Amino acid sequence: MSERVREAYVIERIKFGLLSPQEIRKMAKVNVIRSEIYEADGSPVMGGLRDPHFGAIEPGERCPVCGNTREECPGHFGRIELARPVILPHLGGVIHSVLQATCRRCGKLRLPNDRIAYLQRIYVRLKDKWPTLAEIMVKTVVKEASAVKECPHCGELQFEVKYTRPIFFNEVRPEGEVRLSPAEIRDRLERVPNEHALLLGIDPEKARPEWMVLTVLPVPPLSVRPSITLETGLRAEDDLTHALAEIVRQNDKLKSLLSASAPEGMVEDTWITLQHVISSYLDNELPNTYQLSHRGRRPLKTLAQRLKGKEGRFRGNLSGKRVNFSARTVISPDPYISVNEVGVPKDVAMTLTVQMVVTPYNIEEARKFVENGPYKWPGAVLLYKAKTDRKIDLRYQKNYKQLAEQLEPGDIIERHLMDGDIVLFNRQPTLHRMSIMGHVVKVMPGKTFRINLLVCPPYNADFDGDEMNLHVLRLEEAQSEARELLLVEKNILTPRYGGPIIGGRQDYISGAYILTIKTELYTEEEASRLLARAGAPVELPEPAILRPRPLWTGKQLVSLFFPPDLDFVGKSKVNTGALKCDNENCLNDSYIVVRGGKLLAGVLDKNAIGAEQPNNLLHIIALEYGESKARELLDTFFRMFIRALELKGLTIAYQNIEIGEEARREIDRLVQEARKEVEELIKRYEEGSLEPIPGRTLEESLELMIIERLQRLRSSAGEVAIKSLDPFSDVFIMAKTGARGSDVNITQMASMLGQQIVRGKRLTRGFRTRTLSHFPEGDKSPEARGFIKGNFRDGLRPTEMFFHAVAGREGLIDTAVKTSQSGYMQRRLINALQDLAVSYDGTVRDSWGNVIQLKYGEDGVDPSRTYHGKAVDIDRIISKVKARRAMVSE
Amino acid sequence: MSARKPSRKILEHRLVPQHRKLSAEEALEVFESLGVKPWQLPQISVNDPIVRLLGAKPGDVIEIKRRSPTGGISLAYRVVVALERRA
Repeated sequence: MSERVREAYVIERIKFGLLSPQEIRKMAKVNVIRSEIYEADGSPVMGGLRDPHFGAIEPGERCPVCGNTREECPGHFGRIELARPVILPHLGGVIHSVLQATCRRCGKLRLPNDRIAYLQRIYVRLKDKWPTLAEIMVKTVVKEASAVKECPHCGELQFEVKYTRPIFFNEVRPEGEVRLSPAEIRDRLERVPNEHALLLGIDPEKARPEWMVLTVLPVPPLSVRPSITLETGLRAEDDLTHALAEIVRQNDKLKSLLSASAPEGMVEDTWITLQHVISSYLDNELPNTYQLSHRGRRPLKTLAQRLKGKEGRFRGNLSGKRVNFSARTVISPDPYISVNEVGVPKDVAMTLTVQMVVTPYNIEEARKFVENGPYKWPGAVLLYKAKTDRKIDLRYQKNYKQLAEQLEPGDIIERHLMDGDIVLFNRQPTLHRMSIMGHVVKVMPGKTFRINLLVCPPYNADFDGDEMNLHVLRLEEAQSEARELLLVEKNILTPRYGGPIIGGRQDYISGAYILTIKTELYTEEEASRLLARAGAPVELPEPAILRPRPLWTGKQLVSLFFPPDLDFVGKSKVNTGALKCDNENCLNDSYIVVRGGKLLAGVLDKNAIGAEQPNNLLHIIALEYGESKARELLDTFFRMFIRALELKGLTIAYQNIEIGEEARREIDRLVQEARKEVEELIKRYEEGSLEPIPGRTLEESLELMIIERLQRLRSSAGEVAIKSLDPFSDVFIMAKTGARGSDVNITQMASMLGQQIVRGKRLTRGFRTRTLSHFPEGDKSPEARGFIKGNFRDGLRPTEMFFHAVAGREGLIDTAVKTSQSGYMQRRLINALQDLAVSYDGTVRDSWGNVIQLKYGEDGVDPSRTYHGKAVDIDRIISKVKARRAMVSE
Repeated sequence: MSARKPSRKILEHRLVPQHRKLSAEEALEVFESLGVKPWQLPQISVNDPIVRLLGAKPGDVIEIKRRSPTGGISLAYRVVVALERRA
């Protein structure tokens, strides 16, 4: 390689202009005159579109212009000398405004000289300070000038010019409309003086008006339009080459017609065809133009199509980036792999590779990989011989055995992805840093990525078809960085609000509850099964009950996994209503007490082991015993919860939400009562004796009162239903522990849906005077305005189901709008704050070193190492010390 | 810009934190301890009412003592400038 002087410049600005015919001719190394591409013998036609002067593209070829090989040759332009000028179609609008604003004879701006001078002074200053305003000023100048009907300079009468996109200009003369030919237009543009062009928004230095009409067409080098050799040996040319060939053909035709002095009409037709072809070469999607296509089939991808749209140069190639060594597939759950792991399909593992340098210490291992080859896992796909500096692609080798034996230290192999490798795993939308975490590979059969259910919350993943991305880390440096910083266990605590983001959901929570409630006792076999699932080597403690047979409590089993000096107190989620407990001396078992690593009282539920619950058990353990200890728990006793569920069984049944006859009657009574009150309200409203709420109209007050009354009805009807249901049913366990669902859901299933609300009001719209034609006009009764007495168990009436759908649709729209708006807001915030960082002196600085904040957060505290924002939890310290003293004194 | 001095009452307003003009030596110490050049600190306009009350000139450093929900009492420094950095 040649020694080149490296020069560095900073781009200050970019100015766009037009190429002048002189420039085009100067840079052109080929004059394309022939439309054929290859001679009969297969060599490229000289003066054709594959002329070697377009630049070297074949390996080993020397460029006849610059003498370089294809690596160094930049490619050279050619030109097509057009027989007649042709308009640049995308500049039609500019041409039109110039034609309208200038004189058809002398080419000067159709304004008096003093006016022009005055406008020029303003324009120059405006351009400097407010370029956008200058553009608007150009528009007003054009408007002003085109209104002038007689040239102030030469006195010529002016006519209106009509423009038909993209290439036709018609002048409305007294004798009728006349088409202006491109040649005529070019003449007129040529006559526009430089100073006047400036006022039309054209910088004559960079773009003389007449350059908007082509007389010579630049032909891009071959590197811009490479041809591809098909497997059959046939050559397929790029779409641009095809388009250019068509231009050359039409140009030739026009030339021969001209030299044969053919009739004007024929020349005109061919000229217009040439104009169309050139327009399509620039943009094949112009209106009122013929599309160039492959033998009447697929339209050609011409210049504009290369740039435009999602897969165009800008959005597809410049802004959009692709990476190698990555994989994407559907995810599915696997509760029996570690939270740190990811299950990778074997197929994926055999495609993604990691570099491995052969040393005396791993040479045997490396030999095995090479011996297995690229199609047998764990193998290798590439072999780099250090001595000969050669790469051997194992896909095209057969003698794996021999290659393996020849392996020597210093060689490098690309081996398959294997168990224990670390990779990055990501789910979009990548909203926070936990959306990309490091996972340890575990190669598995199947075609999906497997993840532990406990890492669903940070990714916000579920398994209804979600796909995730995997990226292999190839450098040792990156791998160890990921292991130290990005591994799932290092991200249990979120910096967002100082709490654990990883934790149980749904079945883990009901399982933990069932395992730890007082009523469940386990025989030796059951206890062993539970512990076996946890997979940790622990020994069964003394049973809690000895006779009639040894039985263990779930609390005992759970305690086996706690650190021996763990202290924790806190309220359970079930700590409400009848099960309320305010301190540890409470028999309701809803106040969690862990002393000396033993769960003494309280059940584990959402508040103890749930995801995104600050100050829960998992949080305390992660903070005080380290994240690896927390991960250990996630990988052991969380599995026990699932097993506990499997032993007992948890389901939802029709009977769970069936209420008794008595409750039904009670609900009916409540409905009657509420209806009467609403009727009373409506009556008083109609009489005018209703007292309005301050700041509201009478009607608004009535509506608000009705809504309030009906919502009260729903909650009282819910209470009645819930009271009559079995509080130990599975549905209740799920709702009370926070595993899934709430009292509202139970009410809706068992009792009534209640008033449906749209935009904070009862349903009023639909038909002109009523919601549905089932009701009398102007009916204000609850039923006619979206009150639903039915429930999901008994089913809804047709009108009720319609009202429910209306309110449901509103909810759907709200979430859609909310996500897009908050997403955009977050994007702007991130763009504004992305390069702020806490520097080593504790200050927050931007990338220029400017101080943004003297101390991070004004207290210098890392929120992910806090108790829900508090750096020190004094209450916790006090209760811990107290407990320790109590134990010592015992 | 009015030539009138702002009322001294604003100093007592509960939402206005305590401002103090640093002496040249103190200011130098601030720059030294943070390892920054004056333009790397946050800025405050000379036209800011408080700055006008304190009589600070461009180049002076103002110390602001704020009550912070996280850090108790927190300090901030701002350099007085004639014009804001970016329009």
